[in-house]
Amino acid sequence: MPGFKDKSGQSSFLLSAMKNLLRYIITRVLLTIPMIFILLTLVFVILRIMPGDPVSAMLGAHAPQEVIDKKKEELGLNKPIIIQYINYMNKLLHFDLGESMIFKQKVIVPIKQKLPATIELTLFGMFFTLLFGIFLGAYAASKRRTGRDFAVRIYANVVYCIPVYWMGLMLQLILGIWLGWFPIAGRVNARILVSTFERTGFYTIDTLLAGNLYAFGDVMLHLFLPSLTLGIVLSGIFVRLTRANMLDVLKSEYILSARARGIPERKIVYRHALKNAFIPILTMLGLQFALLLAGAILTEMTFSWPGIGRLLMERIYLRDYPTIQGVIVVFALFVSLVSLIVDIFYAMIDPRVKY
Amino acid sequence: MNKPILEINNLYIDYPISIGTVHAVEDVSLILNRGEVLGLVGESGCGKSTLGLSLLKLIRPPGKVSGGEILYKGKDVLKMSGSEMLNFRGQNIAMVFQNPLTSLNPLFKVKDQFLETIHYHKPEIKQEEAIRMSENILEDLGIDKERMHEYPHKLSGGMRQRIMIGLGLIMQPDILVADEPTTSLDVIVEAGFIDLLNRLRKRFNLTIILITHNLGLVAEIADRVAVMYGGRIMEIGSADNIFSDPLHPYTFGLINCIPNIELEQKELITMPGNPPDLVNPPDGCRFAPRCPRVMDICKKEVPEVRMYKGRKIACRLYE
Repeated sequence: MPGFKDKSGQSSFLLSAMKNLLRYIITRVLLTIPMIFILLTLVFVILRIMPGDPVSAMLGAHAPQEVIDKKKEELGLNKPIIIQYINYMNKLLHFDLGESMIFKQKVIVPIKQKLPATIELTLFGMFFTLLFGIFLGAYAASKRRTGRDFAVRIYANVVYCIPVYWMGLMLQLILGIWLGWFPIAGRVNARILVSTFERTGFYTIDTLLAGNLYAFGDVMLHLFLPSLTLGIVLSGIFVRLTRANMLDVLKSEYILSARARGIPERKIVYRHALKNAFIPILTMLGLQFALLLAGAILTEMTFSWPGIGRLLMERIYLRDYPTIQGVIVVFALFVSLVSLIVDIFYAMIDPRVKY
Repeated sequence: MNKPILEINNLYIDYPISIGTVHAVEDVSLILNRGEVLGLVGESGCGKSTLGLSLLKLIRPPGKVSGGEILYKGKDVLKMSGSEMLNFRGQNIAMVFQNPLTSLNPLFKVKDQFLETIHYHKPEIKQEEAIRMSENILEDLGIDKERMHEYPHKLSGGMRQRIMIGLGLIMQPDILVADEPTTSLDVIVEAGFIDLLNRLRKRFNLTIILITHNLGLVAEIADRVAVMYGGRIMEIGSADNIFSDPLHPYTFGLINCIPNIELEQKELITMPGNPPDLVNPPDGCRFAPRCPRVMDICKKEVPEVRMYKGRKIACRLYE
């Protein structure tokens, strides 16, 4: 069916809709601020309650007491927690994430450097999640109670139970080592000189900007396995969600009406029903994005992916408080940004939703 | 007399469920003549909606037609292939459903739903032509053509009802099956709807099956009435006869239940008992357990449908 254009000019209406949308976005951004403060407070306290601290991580268990004390004083860890907290929050209000307690470096530096890798991984992972989740779910719903439906449901349950790293190892073994189709670690082949194209940090974009198609292909190959791993594991929940929603929608009267008008079944399933079933899926996507990030951390470990998930893991071992807090802030911002984008999409798909 | 446009012969429809089989429609035979309005009445769950859906082969699985035939101009609807069926729906027969508020896809503009319907039936029709066709039918239905550009949620229930009918009639089918079309409309909109059906009928030479429990609506526009109970036809006759002189005890009871403002009854008349269990239907006449004039034989044998005084009736009283 061709897309038909809307010729009714309603520019003033559009303008007020835009204004409302802008107001909505600003409200949402303002609401993010208290959320981040609460989150950071929790992380701040938990980190300091946890056994171990950066000083003993750095100096080892047998360092003399006066060296430990000196280091603690240097890092400000000898002050009461409340003072440390106030100092930290004060810096944060000035958009300063502070300095690493382990390395002589601003917290923002490694985050800036590694964030693009994580964003690339999660976006491609999300792509695979939706690809498998939505199509398998819709397919299963349209073939309800047949062997194929059953097979899809088993797939969903199995992948939902599989740990991300195990799935990653299996894919590395099968597709990477036995078949040799895909590289199993890193973002790009070591022989490709990254400095020739590095601009934004997103290698997919950078290689294209530099017009280096060979490097682009290599980057995509490296992206494939980790994002496939992430996509497959998280698709289970979306298969089930899509299937349930589709079954619900397929029961509705407007689907029966469309059938009664002689619309072909395939169009009914993939055009009429799927678009309606997609609305709750989109909501779920916003909510599940945090899960996707958590999965990304594990995937990054398995695939030696130089993202902020791996950075977080490394710095947790080192008890590098400011960096851990910084990564958490970035994760929180990322999740809120995605859920905001999801909400805007939501209004675009469903004409009944207005902001 | 000209040939009937639709002929249902000994139709059986079953729904298998966990505790057995629901015999939703049993041994139903009906004839529909071109240009008439047939009212199909009965209590909830008597099989009238199932019968309506079966005409378009839209029975929801696992339900299925287990016997009989539905002949449209002599051709068996139940034996049509998939693509024949898609053309049959929309071009020969249309169905509108109970709830206009949920019968339009909320995510598509009215225009797109029209264009899509036209596109799948007649892909050769150009977009401008299709828009003109849709505008014409909307104006016939008394809807401003600008409303085409709206999403369904911005339209009133009555408007959506008319758009549903417009969508059904856009490919000019001969038969319109209306399943409880007025249930969710208020009285004023309902009056307009009756008027509309009468106009459409003349304008499109439409044959209408009106499935309803609203006897007032049937009395208003139906030519003939078929009364169903427990999946079976109890009585079929002209609307005048049925309303002025109901013969079957069930028809009599049904008409008696209509509240009458003039009689100032102290209490509403109701029919004792409940509709039959269609998984294990009573032996004999389905209505026997509630029938005020029940005889011994009624509980043993199912009465056949016979001609009596110019109508068809399934009752031992009239043999």
